[in-house]
Formats: sequence, C-alpha cells, structure tokens
Amino acid sequence: MKVKSPLEVYKFLPQTNCGECGFDTCMSFAAHIIDRSMKPENCPPLFRDAEKDQKIKKKLEQLIELTSPEIAEVVIGTGDNSVKIGGEDVLHRHEMTYFNPTAFFYDVWDTMGEKELEERCSKVVEFRKFYVGKFLTLDGFAIRCTSNDPETYRSVVKKVASYGKPMILISMNPDCMRSALKEVADYKPLIFAATESNWEEMLKLALEFKVPVTIRAKDLNLLKSLAVTFKSAGVKEIVLDPVTEPLGDGLKGTFERVVNLRRTAIQGEDKDIAFPIMITPISAWLIDGDDVEKAYWETVIGSLFIVKYADIMIFRSLEPYSVIPEVTLRFNIYTDPRTPVQVEPGLREIENPDENSPVFITTNFALTYYTVESDLTSAGISSWLLVLNTEGLGVEVSVAGGQFTAGKVKELIEETKIAERVKHKVLVIPGLAARLQGAIEDETGWTVKVGPMDSGRIKGWLENNWPPE
Amino acid sequence: MGKMTIDQFFELLKKYDIETLEGVTIEGDLEIEVEETQVDQSAIAYLYSVVQEIQNFLYHANIAMGHLNNVSNLLGMPNPFAVQVPSMSTPTAEVVPPALPEPEEAIPIPELAKAKFEPLKVEYLGKIQEVVLGATKKDGGTRGEVVVLGGERSLPFYLFDTDQPHLPAVAIDVFDRKPMLAKAVREHYEDVLEDPADWAKKAVKDFGADLITLHLISTDPLLEDTPASEAVKVLEDVLQAVKCPIIVGGSGNKEKDPEVLEKAAEVAEGERIMLASATLDMDWERIAKAAKDHGHVILSWTQMDINNQKTLNRYLLKRAGMDPKDIVMDPTTAALGYGLDYAFTNMERIRISGLRGDTDLAFPISSGTTNAWGAREAWMKDSPIEEDSDWGPRELRGPIWEIVTGLTLSLAGVDLFMMMHPGAVAVLKDFMNTLGGKISGSVADPGDWIFMEG
Repeated sequence: MKVKSPLEVYKFLPQTNCGECGFDTCMSFAAHIIDRSMKPENCPPLFRDAEKDQKIKKKLEQLIELTSPEIAEVVIGTGDNSVKIGGEDVLHRHEMTYFNPTAFFYDVWDTMGEKELEERCSKVVEFRKFYVGKFLTLDGFAIRCTSNDPETYRSVVKKVASYGKPMILISMNPDCMRSALKEVADYKPLIFAATESNWEEMLKLALEFKVPVTIRAKDLNLLKSLAVTFKSAGVKEIVLDPVTEPLGDGLKGTFERVVNLRRTAIQGEDKDIAFPIMITPISAWLIDGDDVEKAYWETVIGSLFIVKYADIMIFRSLEPYSVIPEVTLRFNIYTDPRTPVQVEPGLREIENPDENSPVFITTNFALTYYTVESDLTSAGISSWLLVLNTEGLGVEVSVAGGQFTAGKVKELIEETKIAERVKHKVLVIPGLAARLQGAIEDETGWTVKVGPMDSGRIKGWLENNWPPE
Repeated sequence: MGKMTIDQFFELLKKYDIETLEGVTIEGDLEIEVEETQVDQSAIAYLYSVVQEIQNFLYHANIAMGHLNNVSNLLGMPNPFAVQVPSMSTPTAEVVPPALPEPEEAIPIPELAKAKFEPLKVEYLGKIQEVVLGATKKDGGTRGEVVVLGGERSLPFYLFDTDQPHLPAVAIDVFDRKPMLAKAVREHYEDVLEDPADWAKKAVKDFGADLITLHLISTDPLLEDTPASEAVKVLEDVLQAVKCPIIVGGSGNKEKDPEVLEKAAEVAEGERIMLASATLDMDWERIAKAAKDHGHVILSWTQMDINNQKTLNRYLLKRAGMDPKDIVMDPTTAALGYGLDYAFTNMERIRISGLRGDTDLAFPISSGTTNAWGAREAWMKDSPIEEDSDWGPRELRGPIWEIVTGLTLSLAGVDLFMMMHPGAVAVLKDFMNTLGGKISGSVADPGDWIFMEG
C-alpha cells in the first residue's frame, strides 16, 4: 500500500461523516482502509457518485490504486470454494501482518487408480486439526496430467472437481490443458504452467477461459519477461513459479530467487513481478531416500517457504507428521501480531457443572484456554473453569514471569464467587504451575491439587483424583 | 533423470513404438532427420509426443533445446503443438484427422517482452558480535576446538547480500539427573541417562553435537537440592569426557542459580564456558562477575520481550561491565503451535535492530529448541480432540516438531540451538548447511515431479 496515514486517505473521501459505511467519521473509515479491514469501495457515497461523475470516478480509481496491496491478489476457485493468495504488503510480519495464508494444494494425478484417487481426495477434504478454537483445513487439489491424454485428463479433472475444492491444473501440454478447461473453467482453476517453450499456447488459454495462470522459469529475467508479456496481453491473475529445486545449491538458489522476488517487489517497488509466488515442496520426492525421508524433506522445504514468502504450495505427503506441522506453522506465521490472542478472564461453565464438579484454573492466553476448554468438552467433563488474566501468556511463561501468582488467583476466586457455586473448596491447577501449590493454598485457604502437565490427560487424572478424599 | 544418453533416447523411442516410423533416422549426436515426403499425420503426432517428453526430461541438459528446434524445423512444422496428439493408450497407426479449429475469437499473441530483473540490494550498517565459546590450549583451556557464534551483517542465510562467517551451531542437552523426556527422545539416551559424562560423549560422537549444554537441575531445592560445590563435579567430569565447548545451566531457581553458576565458573576456569543464564529477576550481577572473573560467556535470558532484552543486556554491559564479546541472548523459545509466532517475531525484531546498529541488541541468539517437546503434538499418542483427523505415529511427529520449531527460528536469526532428538539435530544441520552453501549439487531436473507417476 502506497499510503501510510489515514490523512492521506481522508483527502479522497466525501468528508461528510454520513456514517453509511458503519463508522461515525470519514477519518475512522480512513483508518480502517489503512489497516486493510475496509476498502475504498466500502464507502457508499463515493461508490455511488463515481458512477455518475467522471471526476469522482477518477478519484476512486486513484484511491484504489494507492491503497491496493503491494503484491497482487489472485483468487483460485469461486464463491465459497475459493482461496485468495498474495495481497501482501510487508516483508516482515511485525511491520503490520501477513494477510492471505499460504494456500496448500495436494497432489493427485490422472493415471492413479480410481480407488486411490478417491482415498486421497477424501483425505484432503476431510482433514481437520483443532487449534485455538477452530479447525485447520487444507485448501485444494493439484491435478497432474501424467497420461498426456486430453480425454483421460478431462475425465479425472471432472471427478476431482466434484469434491468442491479449488484446483490447480498441471500439464505442459496445451491440448490436455484445453480439454480440462473446457470441463472446469467455470470453477476458475489455476493453470500450471506457462514456460519458455509453451507460453504462447498457455497465454491463449488463460485469456480464452479467463483463468489465473502460473508462469514458470528459473531465470528471473525470463520470469519477469513472461510476466510483463502476460500482463500486457491482459492477464490480470498471474502466479510466479521460480522453480523449486529441492537440494543443495539448488535449494539455496531457490531461496535466493524467492527472497529477491518478494523483496524487489515490495521494497524495490518492481510492479512487474509483484505477484504471488508458488513453491512446490513436492519436488522433494525427486531426491533419493525412502518415503519418510522424502516426506520429512518436503516438510522442511514447506516450512522454509511458509516463513519466507510462498503464497501457494503443492505438496504430496498427506501423512499426519507432514500435514500437522505445516498447517500449524502457517497459522502461526499468518496470525495477525497486532491483535493479542487473549480471551476474557472469568468463570466458564463446561458441560452443565453442578456443586460437586471440579474447579480448574488456566490462563487467558487464547491457545491455552481453547486447548483446555476443548479437552474438557471433548472428554465430556462437567466442570468449572477459572480463566486467569495472565496478559495473554501461557502457563509456563506466566508462572516464571509473575503474571500467574497466588494473589491473582485469590482475586479471581473472589470476583467470580466460585465458592458459592460449589460445595467443596478444591482447586485443580495446571501441572506446569505445580510450584505455586503451596502459595495458593496459603493465600486462598482452598485445597490445591496439581493436575497433569497437559490438559489432554485430565480425564485419566480425574479417574484417580476425583472426587477428592 | 537428467542428462539423457543415446541409449535412453532409443528406449524412449521404443516406448512410443517409434521404430515403426518410416523415413526417420536417428543419428548419434541426437539429430533427428526426416524425409519430408514420407511423413504421415499419425507419425508426426507420435514424434511430437516424444518431443514433448524429451523437452521435459532434458530441460536442463544443454543439448536439448537446440536439437528440439532442429526437429521442428526438419519436420517443416512451425508450431509442433498445433498437431492433435492422439491418445497414448491406443497406439494405432491410423490417420487421425486434425481437430477442427475452435470457433474462437482470434487472440493476438504478442512477442515475448525482454525484461531484466534487477534484484534490490540491501546492506545493513551494523554487525552482530562474534562470540567465541570454548578455549583451546593456546588460550588456556583444554577444548579440542572452539565454536564461534555471530558475525552476521545480513539476515540469516541471505548469502546473496553478504557472506555469513559462521553458520549456527547445535548443542545437545545433558542433565545431571534423569529428566522427564518424551519417549521418542528418551529411547536414544536410555543407556546413558545415569551418567552425564557418557551422555555427553554419546551426544558428540554419535549425534554430532557441536557443544554440550549441561543442566545441573539436581540443584533445585524442590528436587535433590544438590549443593553447588558438589553439583559442579559433574561439570568437571563432562569437561574431561568431551573436547567440545560447554554450556552450563542451573535449575531455574532464581535464588540458587547464581551460586551454582558461580561455582561452575570457578571449576571451569580457562575453558570459556557459557553460564546459562542471567535473568532480570535474579542476581545477574553476581553471575556476570563470575563470568568476568573466570573468562566465561554469559547467556542473557528474557521472557519474549525485546525491551526487557535490551534492558538486561545494558545492565550486563554498563553496570556489570561485561565485554560485548562475552554475551549471548536467549529471548525465549516457544514451540510450534504454542507461541512460536511470538518467539519468531521477537527474535526477528531483535536481529533486525542489531543489524541496523542497535549495539545493545547486536548479540548472537540462542534458542532452547528442546521446548518443542512440550507441545502435545510432539509426544502425545493420539489427539484428545475427537473431531481431529488421525495424528499418525508420534515417533515421526515428535522429531519434526523440533525440526520445524528450530528451522523457523533459524530464519529469525538464531545462532545456537539447544536440542535433544538426534534425528532433529541431523535434519536441522542439513537444512542450515544447505542454505549456508555447504552442500553442493541438486537434482538433475527439478521439473520431473510434474510427470512422475506413483
């Protein structure tokens, strides 16, 4: 985004404080454009007047230009079944935030057995991992044409499309690509890839079917040349594939290309290469070794480029030990550092607790809270959960750092009047807060029991420790 | 498959039944000649599928493109891909009529633009301190070699900005009493858990540790409460057992640690160990004095707060009078999924501040990467959440949790990793050596994944 201050945006707004956008003042609306929670189009009078008045239309266009993200946004898929990539504004997340998480596409190919294909597709669609109050999922399918047969490819692509996820169509053969596009172009798949040898055909397909296109070249002069050519021919949605080499100098070179592309786009303001970047960790399957080694190295490549600038990736391994770390890392890196991940302190009721139910305590760090809350709910444990304000820190860190103290526990017990809700006076503290046991007993007069180190083990712990003697 | 031999080329032709082609001769240097008059449509179609395949295989072999162009020219076809390729599954010799042109609007195809990519160059004014751990005989110690941390003038592994004098080092954790360990970690140390000296030896010899971190956790008043003077005997044993530089940690008890580290500093006189750690809420001055008096390095540890890190570093420099060459920082490591985003960003900000010239933050960074094993995903058998997809075998989940935690932080600027799982150590080192330019070679054709089956 070229503008940094709400004042610069305000100049373009009607300045009437009409409130139609949902904010009291134009200045407040401007601030939301700067933090990218609003777009110029969300100003109703500006948008309306632009249709009537050429001068205002120009103003709106100018504002859109000034406030659009540094890296172009590309949408793959349509409606609810779509994923948005790119749209980044900064090189380091602390400078603002990263916006659109790296999209994960999973490999299938058109010479797979039917049953195997169905199994893989179901795995991708059904994958879920609970994290911070929600489920992490996977984005789509990358369908490779290994048959080199347009008809085979078309029919497999059609089948995969029925799973309703965004797709990347992979074939270097324009005939195969055309055949698949005739079937699924309406779903707006990303096509892969235009290279030095087939770019003319691929450009035709991208324009004819109005689909986003990947351009692929290791030589960044060529990559940029292709990008310039495609853009001037009228292709708006472009993805750059600087070729992922999985090993040695090759991987080092890939890292250099990716960093250079993104840094030159954002900091060097080179608009010609300011597009989303594709990385293919699946390249790791070209190295020697067994499947575990390949899947591990694929995860290494994926992790490297989740941190450094990849907007879209193609993976092969669907093993939990590959997928779980990748989806978790992606969530971590793309978490908005501007908003603290905390929940409201206080008292929570889990599964209709009564006067004999156990009382647990945890911190208001969102991750800790949701983990404990979901473990209790998932195991069907009727209980009271005290949520202590540790300023958003986890148990271990807040105990060490003095945000989780006996004095604060006492205050929380008093504020929530938990003593009036239960007949006992027994508090279960996290295993990681064990050292506070004595201090909390002294301070509160409650009996303090040390629970397990991990709330996933509360169920087993209760079997041996509840009701208390 | 990278460079293609003539034999392989013939194999490929066989695969496509090319020997039935009349009028095509193939010569030793990969020229393909065709007698124009005898070429029929289906034969050309086959040849073009071969051409495509060769293009794929030979992407990086220098011989490829020129010859392939020759093929097109020889066949007199300006645009090879305009020919309809019949299905590979029905290799008949029948003539396939060319597909009728699509009733589409003609899309004008431009010339390929000639653009030059000019990467932005970035230079920083500052430089991260170089800190030497360990001392050899010539410097009054008995270490076999030293480990140097820091010295960066760019972001980690940005070798295209400037060279990086030292790649990060890996220390393996050793404890003076049996600690709680995840099963996947414990099984590698089962035979040495009772003997820290053997443990250290195994970590160096079998698992490639560059340094050993000895944690004197038995000194914890809530555990054995081993007196400092007795606990440091284990340090002497470990110094005897291995020749690599040593890091010594206490139990984390704020009252006792200064005493333990002071004693450690005494018995390791001349060895240039690192005392881990000084924190704001303990007697950091006493630990700093011990380091200064006996020529050691201090680890300045804060809880994920760049301002506190700056404060403690300043205290150590200005109030305790430590030399900047004797300070390493631990800004706290949180595991993947358990605050790694904070740890990453905190370290990245610290590193960038250092590179931009903030000398209070321009120190090497250490990470307690073993913390990754605190994440339930690293050690728990199954997910406690019913709706979760299967978590798979934890033996494979645990090490990668440690790898990804370390790898992520290596990109924020960590210079020293304290780790435990030997597999995780090996993979992380491999990764850092790769980005650090120590591993040559690549795969023959990075595009082969596009065509691989199975």
